[in-house]
Amino acid sequence: PRAPGAAAAPRREAAAQVGFRAALYFLFLREFQQADIKYLSGWNQWKRSSRKSWKKVFDEAKEVLSYLELWRHDIHSIEGKFGTGIQSYFSFLRFLVLLNFVIFTLMFSFVTLPSIISKYGIFNSSFDEIPAKSIEPHCTVYTPSGNKGLIYFYTYPKDLLSGTGFLEMTSLFYGYYTIDAAWISIFRYNLPLAYLLTTFAYLALSLLWIIKRSVEGFKQNLVHDEDQFQSYCNKVFAGWDFCITDLNAARLKHRSLQYELKTDLEEERLKQKIADRTMKDKLRIYSLRIFLNIIVLAVLSGCFYSIYRATVFSQGNISNVSIRHDIRTNSNLLVQYLPSIVITLANFIAPQIFSVLIRLEDYSPAFEIRLTLMRCVFVRLANIGVLLFSLWSQISYCATEKCKACGYNYELYPCWESQVGQEMYKLLIFDFIIIVAVTLFVDFPRKLLVTYCSCKPVQWCGLQEFGISDNVLEIIYGQTICWIGTFYSPLLPAIATMKYFIVFYIKKISLIHTRKPSARPIRASSSNFFFLVVLLIGLVLAFIPLGISIAHIPSSKACGPFRNFNTSWAVVPHTILGFPTGLQKVLYGIASEAFAVPFFMVICLVMFYFIALAGAHKRVVEQLREQLVMESRDKLFLIRKITEAQKPLD
Amino acid sequence: ELLPEEEKENARSVRIPKSRILTLPELRANPFQHRICRVFSTSEDGDDSMSFEDFLDMLSVFSDSATSEIKSHYAFRIFDFDDDGTLDKKDLENLVNCLTGQSEESRLNSAEMEQLIQNILEESDIDKDGTINLSEFQHVISRSPDFASSFKIVL
Repeated sequence: PRAPGAAAAPRREAAAQVGFRAALYFLFLREFQQADIKYLSGWNQWKRSSRKSWKKVFDEAKEVLSYLELWRHDIHSIEGKFGTGIQSYFSFLRFLVLLNFVIFTLMFSFVTLPSIISKYGIFNSSFDEIPAKSIEPHCTVYTPSGNKGLIYFYTYPKDLLSGTGFLEMTSLFYGYYTIDAAWISIFRYNLPLAYLLTTFAYLALSLLWIIKRSVEGFKQNLVHDEDQFQSYCNKVFAGWDFCITDLNAARLKHRSLQYELKTDLEEERLKQKIADRTMKDKLRIYSLRIFLNIIVLAVLSGCFYSIYRATVFSQGNISNVSIRHDIRTNSNLLVQYLPSIVITLANFIAPQIFSVLIRLEDYSPAFEIRLTLMRCVFVRLANIGVLLFSLWSQISYCATEKCKACGYNYELYPCWESQVGQEMYKLLIFDFIIIVAVTLFVDFPRKLLVTYCSCKPVQWCGLQEFGISDNVLEIIYGQTICWIGTFYSPLLPAIATMKYFIVFYIKKISLIHTRKPSARPIRASSSNFFFLVVLLIGLVLAFIPLGISIAHIPSSKACGPFRNFNTSWAVVPHTILGFPTGLQKVLYGIASEAFAVPFFMVICLVMFYFIALAGAHKRVVEQLREQLVMESRDKLFLIRKITEAQKPLD
Repeated sequence: ELLPEEEKENARSVRIPKSRILTLPELRANPFQHRICRVFSTSEDGDDSMSFEDFLDMLSVFSDSATSEIKSHYAFRIFDFDDDGTLDKKDLENLVNCLTGQSEESRLNSAEMEQLIQNILEESDIDKDGTINLSEFQHVISRSPDFASSFKIVL
């Protein structure tokens, strides 16, 4: 008697033959279809050849441009050694350097350069400083300490770190820009309007650039997020990239394949577990989650309250000194940096608490990661908001009648925008100091300890992993500060550019020498999209304080380009009143309800159309998927028929 | 350069031993290097040495212009570790172990392996006989988006 395997083999051979013949048939069909193309008309042939040559020109131009790319070689080598997840962090850093440089160029050329040119009379320019009309005189008193009298030498570094003293009256801060109009030959340059419009311009530019970059990632994310039809087969049979030639890259690929397979299997097990939960289990889990979320809220309010108290204390101490001595002197550096210190501590402690809590909440791993990240993002960005809110509550706190006439606390904050600019400047500098200090005083000693000390606990701790999400949140936090602070301190983007430039090299050195590769390789395409989404959230959150400050809070009357206006926004209606009547009518028409309501309705219609289109496409995809399932069932049926038909042949 | 200088004249007929083939950069990091040599070698001694013709065959299968049918046919032969014409559980286990790395700690444990193989068979085994034959394999590959881009070697 033959073994069953041997009997099955010829049947399988026959089935394979059928499959092979079908494959050959389709092969020939495709050849015939391609042969048709040879008989195209001359015009189509010319079109195709010209398209090919254009494509060649474009590809060559792209290659030349890629040589000009900043840090191209560095990022390439990082990708080869550490994988695409970490490489996406460094590409993101490079993107921020470029973005900040462009914002700096914008602010410099439209705001700082005209001011400097007209103040120093270059190119036969002059400036207009319109004196304030109908404004209380006590609001316009502003005497920054500057370089008056005998200054101890240690005040220079102190001033450099806190933005006070000699830095306060430079073009770094809002208070320098007191010109109302610059005359360059016969051309009148309206500086306040330019200041405001440049602010809107850099916000819009950042928004458009981020959206453009995230669109590519969004499309990929949509495709990957769909429940993959046969993800396991795809990962196993087509998982190995046969182009890999580097042993390091091969090791990385092995690790990432192992991680992907393990997490997919774990997700499946968890889904099964969740589906198997009884009612009692569900009740217990949900009540536990509600309780833990209350704890999260408590932690958040704790952070916010401590930031508020720290800001109030710091501002109070700075101002107390000034009231006593009647000039604003520099107070203790520690008091000045207190809000920054508290924010950095909160940004460090809160994520640790969150990562402990999330383990108790029993979610699936992917959701766990996302929820923790969302919470950390919220903490970091909300901390900045709380700082600004507490600053404003100090600035707008008005007890006396004289103070109410100005609209803000003119005694303590004669030039409050410069103050806010100084706080943002301090945050940025402190963030940079922390990054350098952590690398120098934590990473390198840890590496030395692990290399030279072979005792058990040290070896068990080991080197630290390169936590991609933590690092990304760090730089997004810095970027949000830069966006908010640029309105109050136009040269801040230049400082941010230099900071990120140096941070790139610091992080690269730290990565190569003191970090071990992550045990959980991350997919690059989804990380890119995620970074940009969080950056977008940061940008939208930057809109809010800026919007409130520009439109709502009275601008300081003692300094800055908006002295003669009630609020910073007031310069726009003022300019519009100077336009010809026809243009005025058009602009008022656009802003009126008669235009806005139909416009809004048209936008809604367009949105509904696209939603319907997307829904229709999704339905088609579902139908095609069902067809595939039917097709495999048909094949199964046919194979059964074949094997049955071959039975009599045995 | 695989051939030593003196043998260049009879390049057409000489056979390169397997150890030298495996020093090629394209193959040395590949976990399927031994299977590739076995599949493409036409040596009667079973020592997996390759002649120039075998080498050309290998490169043409892995090139961009090979059709998906040819690629899936050869992929099936490469993944069939015991050369019995079907992918059974043992073959799939070997395959997954090759993918995740050769060391002990990089392998999946037996429960995970069992679950993974169950899932693979569920997705690809149409006639439910516990093994994957060539046509089932080609059916699965035709619906796999990554196969064409990963199953190629560019010299």
